[in-house]
Amino acid sequence: MDFVNFLIQLLNSVQYGLLLFMLAAGLTLIFGIMGVVNLAHGSFYMLGAYLAWSLAAQLGSFTLAIVVGTALSVGFGLLLERLLFRYFYQRDHLDQVLLTFGLIYVFEELRSMVWGDDVHGLPVPDLLAASIPLTDNLSYPVYRLFMSGVCLVLALGLYLLISKTRLGMKIRAGAFNREMTESLGINIRLIHSVVFALGIGLASIAGMIAAPVSSVYPNMGSQVLIMCFVVVVIGGIGSVRGALIAALLVGLVDTFGKVLLPQASGMLVYVLMAAVLLYKPEGLFKQ
Amino acid sequence: MSTPQIHLETLPRSIQLVMTLGFLALAAFPFVGSDFYSAMVVRMMILAIFAMSLDLLQGVTGLVSLGHAAYFGLAGYVLAFITPQNEAISLYTSLPLAVGGAALAALVIGFLVVRTHGIYFIMVTMAFAQMVFFIFFDNKALGGSDGLFLNFRPDAGVIDLENKQVFYYFTLGCLLAVYGFLRRLLWSPFGRALSGIRVNEHRMRALGFNTFSHKLAAFTLAGALAGLAGYLWAAQSGFVNPELMGFHMSAHAIMMVILGGMGNFAGAIVGALSFEYLLHIFKDLPDVGEFKTGKHWQMWMGLFIVALIIFAPKGILGVISRTFGGSAERKESGHE
Repeated sequence: MDFVNFLIQLLNSVQYGLLLFMLAAGLTLIFGIMGVVNLAHGSFYMLGAYLAWSLAAQLGSFTLAIVVGTALSVGFGLLLERLLFRYFYQRDHLDQVLLTFGLIYVFEELRSMVWGDDVHGLPVPDLLAASIPLTDNLSYPVYRLFMSGVCLVLALGLYLLISKTRLGMKIRAGAFNREMTESLGINIRLIHSVVFALGIGLASIAGMIAAPVSSVYPNMGSQVLIMCFVVVVIGGIGSVRGALIAALLVGLVDTFGKVLLPQASGMLVYVLMAAVLLYKPEGLFKQ
Repeated sequence: MSTPQIHLETLPRSIQLVMTLGFLALAAFPFVGSDFYSAMVVRMMILAIFAMSLDLLQGVTGLVSLGHAAYFGLAGYVLAFITPQNEAISLYTSLPLAVGGAALAALVIGFLVVRTHGIYFIMVTMAFAQMVFFIFFDNKALGGSDGLFLNFRPDAGVIDLENKQVFYYFTLGCLLAVYGFLRRLLWSPFGRALSGIRVNEHRMRALGFNTFSHKLAAFTLAGALAGLAGYLWAAQSGFVNPELMGFHMSAHAIMMVILGGMGNFAGAIVGALSFEYLLHIFKDLPDVGEFKTGKHWQMWMGLFIVALIIFAPKGILGVISRTFGGSAERKESGHE
């Protein structure tokens, strides 16, 4: 592999890793703070992608579609938290697994009823449609760089929110000791709603910006959900920093695995997970 | 995080009666039901074996495996590989190979996963099952996404498994044998230790139990029994594909165990039969005008699951024993 090819694969793996991070961060936060296993997290990724596709067609602008789509999916997430998830924070993990598995079915069918079962492509917005030429016949699309940029900005924002703001302090306090935080007069229910909405928002934004590259298709959430599980397990549940590092690691292993060892590429990520489990059963950055 | 659950371990009279009647109904079914429904009942009984094997982990030991279908599918694949193109393979060589293969996979994966707890266990079992899925899905040599065909059912000497009725009773016999075995196991010292691990693992360790090897043994045994179910499935349908070890299959098994009621194996049987029957009903719903009701079976199944978890988390047997009384519900002490 020459240097230019290596560079392209490296950029791809960082982009994939950052995208996984957007989903895994929400998953790990929702688990770390509320103690909820959300199998339906991948459905919000799918929801985001379908919203981007249909809104972009209706509103005529990709940017506007992202703004409206984010608002819609966050609103949907808040409603779901209020009506359903709230009652499952104290329940057994098994109940949460089944509830969210049931929801996957419901969301898939709703998607099928509203948008049908076809695969759709979403054109890359004109502004970002260019490619940066690297050699005579190799180039790198600007849109992929834009994806990585958006993810990086959001990751930075998430970091600042959690570690530097007052709200972030309350979130961390709630994750550390729920009763104590409540007795200090902090509205933990509100904190939970905010965290849930944040997780859903990140997942659906990931789906929206991924839509032009990955296209929009049924069951697109399941595949990505399992990768996110791997990321969360490697990084350590509840740790956002762990999720970032694990996501980048998984991105690298997956992308370079596909190039260097195509027969075993589907497996390599799981081998990585097994290795981490042997070495640290609770993940790299257990909180 | 997760609180230990109190399960119905001893079965009240009302449930024993239901089970006995159910068994008689199963034994009589081939005489009254059509071929189509008999084949469906065979599939249900196979899935009941599969669900019972999961119940050993989920209900008894408190380990929620979201990747149990991997062992089910693997054993089916083993049978598909070792069955020659133009003749049958002996049951007495192929069954130990298939079940042994599934048990070996469960032993290796179990070695990695039983050291994790709670939510980690759920995620890691799911991830490893997915790995197994992709090994088969991605490799053309292993059948790829299309799967493999078996031209012959295993040859069991005097027992002619190619005969539908014989196969029906063979499966029923396996179901009964596995149920009897697991019920005995539940009340054996080993079973009591597994139950203790569910209620309080730290205390079991303090009492001197090696909980790691107990959990690993349970995981391997559950894998082997899932393998038996997968073997029967492949023999019956004559076809294996990666979906057999997929995420949905694993989740359905959990559903079956929950739907019936956990921790006593009878619930797993009831759950598997009811779940498959419900699926059949949902897929067969009549159209309402333009709306294809049956095509959207996932919607009804999803809503049903959500409603079940909200309203009847103890499953069908829980509802029966609550409705008809039954004082035998043992209170387990020592949980916190």
